[in-house]
Amino acid sequence: MYSYSEFDEAFVRERVAQFTHQVERRLDGSLTEDEFRPLRLMNGLYLQLHAYMLRVAIPYGTINPRQMRQLAHIAQTWDKGYGHFTTRQNIQFNWPKLEDVPAILSALADVGMHAIQTSGNCVRNVTADHFAGAAADEIEDPRPVAELLRQWSTDHPEFQFLPRKFKIAITGSPNDRAVTRAHDIGLRMVRNAAGEPGFEVIVGGGLGRTPMIGHTVRDFLPKADLLPYVEAVLSVYNTLGRRDNKYKARIKITVHETGKEEITRLIEERFAELRPLFGGNDQKLLAEIEEAFAPPAFRNAPTDAYDAFYKADPVFRAWADTNLHAHRNAQYAIVTISLKAHGETPGDATADQMRLIADLAERHGHSEIRISHEQNVILPHVHKSDLPALHAALVKAGLGTANVGLISDIIACPGMDYCSLATARSIPIAQQIANRFDELKLEHDVGPLKIKISGCINACGHHHVGHIGILGLDRAGVENYQITLGGDGTETAAIGDKTGPGFAYDEIVPAIERIVRAYLDLRQGPAETFLDAFRRVGMDPFKAALYDEEGEKDAA
Amino acid sequence: MSRRFIPKVVTANRLREGDVVYLTADDRWSPFHHEAELIEDEAHAQMRLLHAAAQKLVVVGAYLADAKAGPNGPEPTHFREEFRTRGPSNYNHGKQADYA
Repeated sequence: MYSYSEFDEAFVRERVAQFTHQVERRLDGSLTEDEFRPLRLMNGLYLQLHAYMLRVAIPYGTINPRQMRQLAHIAQTWDKGYGHFTTRQNIQFNWPKLEDVPAILSALADVGMHAIQTSGNCVRNVTADHFAGAAADEIEDPRPVAELLRQWSTDHPEFQFLPRKFKIAITGSPNDRAVTRAHDIGLRMVRNAAGEPGFEVIVGGGLGRTPMIGHTVRDFLPKADLLPYVEAVLSVYNTLGRRDNKYKARIKITVHETGKEEITRLIEERFAELRPLFGGNDQKLLAEIEEAFAPPAFRNAPTDAYDAFYKADPVFRAWADTNLHAHRNAQYAIVTISLKAHGETPGDATADQMRLIADLAERHGHSEIRISHEQNVILPHVHKSDLPALHAALVKAGLGTANVGLISDIIACPGMDYCSLATARSIPIAQQIANRFDELKLEHDVGPLKIKISGCINACGHHHVGHIGILGLDRAGVENYQITLGGDGTETAAIGDKTGPGFAYDEIVPAIERIVRAYLDLRQGPAETFLDAFRRVGMDPFKAALYDEEGEKDAA
Repeated sequence: MSRRFIPKVVTANRLREGDVVYLTADDRWSPFHHEAELIEDEAHAQMRLLHAAAQKLVVVGAYLADAKAGPNGPEPTHFREEFRTRGPSNYNHGKQADYA
C-alpha cells in the first residue's frame, strides 16, 4: 500500500505541532471555545454527549497491520480499550481527553495516519470499494486514484471553505459496493467501446434529510482526465452552492436547483478551462502511486484442504458461505471479518481484536487489511488453504460470526448513545434485532437482507438505502422509529419508501420481525431475496403485516 | 399570555475531560443531575447560564435543560438528558460506571 512521502510526513507532523499548540492555548485561556471549535473540528475532534470523540481517517478503507496495532495501542492508552469503525471508513474513539489528543495525533502520525478533514466543510475521506484490489469482478484497483484524490484534496486552498462537506466514493467494479450513487461525487469504473478503463461520473447523490440518487454527468471519463474533471465539479459547486442555508448547501441541492443538463454544461465548460492546466504531473504522480499498490506475490498452492474442510465442517461451511467473496485469483478468497457478533455493537473492535486481526493479516493475508463502510474488517487476500486455520483463530476471539450480508449484519450509526446530533438510539435497536433473529435461528433462511439504522435524519446509518431502513426520531419527547423498505445502495440504487407511522422503542423489533415473516410467507422461494420480493409485490403486503394486526395501537 | 416556565438546570461538559456536569446552587460543577440547582424563574435561569458560560476554562457548551423536581433532587424530563446522566446503553461506561 501507499507509504507517506517525505512531504506527507512533514505535512502531518506540522499539523500535529500546530494543533498541540492550539490545545495548549485553549487550556490556558488564550483561545475561547468559539475560536477553538473550528480548529479542533479541522483535526477530527468533536464534543459529543458524554465526552470528546476523535475521528481518524482510514483513507479508502486501507490499513496495514502496523497501523491497526497502533489503533489498538491508542484505544488502550487513551480510550476505553476499543474503537468504533464508521460507515465512512473512519475509526472513532469515543472517550479521549482533550489534553491527550495531541499525543494521540502524534501516535497516529508515527504510522502515517491522521484525523485531518474528517470534519468541516471540505473534501472528506475518500471512500472506496472494500474489496478493491482483490475482487473478481474488478476492472482495476481504484485505490491509486483514491490516493491521488486524497493528496489533491488535502489542504487544497480552493476547497477548504466549501458550502458544505463533500464526500467522494470510488469503485473499480461495475458492481457497486461503495454506494457511489449516494455520494456528492461517485466514481464507478467502466470500460468504453475500445475496452479502455475510465469512470462513470455521478454527481449530486446524498442521503440526509433530502435523500437523492446522483445523476450521471459523464458516462465515460478517461482516467487521465479524472483530476481536472473532479476539480471542475468542485469548482462549479464552490461557486453555485448555497451558503445561505445549511440544509440546502450540499451539491445534491445545487444539482437539483440548477438542473442536470445545466450543471453538466457548467462542469464541462469549467473542465475545458482546467484540463490544459494539468500538464501531466498528476499522471506522473498517479503512476508512482500505482506502483505502491502492486498486488502481493500470490502463492501457488493446492486448495484441497479447504475443499475437504468445507465438506466436513458445517460451522466452517456456514461461515465460508456468508463471509467469503470471490477473489480474482481462484486459489484465494476475500475474507470479511464480521464486527457484528449478535448482541454486540456494530463496528466496534476491542484492542485485543485489532491486534489479532493485525497478526492474522500478517500470517494469512499478505499483511493487507481493509475496513468496509458496512463496519466490518476485510482480509482481501487469503489463500484458501489458510482459511480453516484463520477461521479457527477468529472464532476464538469472538470474530467468527457467520452473518455477512444477513439480517444481523446491520449498519448502525452511534445514535444517541454517543452523538449529540442524534434524536434517538440506534445501537440497542441493532443489538436487539440481531439477538432476536439469532434466537429464532432464522437469519440463514432469510438470506441476504441489509438493515441500516440511523439515529437522526442526517442518515449516517444509510437507512435510506437499507433493504429495511430504520430512522430514529424524537416524537414529542419519546423515541420513535420510522421504517423504510426497498432501499438499495448498489449500482441499482434506490431510496426506500416509508411504510407509514413509526414505532416506539419497544415496538420496533417486533415490527421488523413482522416484515421478515411476511417476506418469508410471500417469497417465491429461497432464491428470491427480500429486495427482489419487495420489488415484485410492492409495499402493500408489508404494510398489512406491519399495521393490520396491531390496528390502532401502533398508529401513533 | 404568559406560558408557565418549565424548570431548568444548567448543564455543560468539562473542558478537559468532556464529562457531563451540572451547575449547583453553591456554584460547583457536579457530575450528578440531582445535585443541580433547579431553576424555576426565567430571569434567574439566564443569569445562571451567563455565569456558567463565563467559566471558559472549566466547561464547554453550557445550556439550560428542562428538568423537574424529584424526591432526591432535580430529574431530567427528556430521554436525551436522562442518557447524559448515565452514559451509553451499549457499555457500562461513563457515569454509570464511574460513580457506581
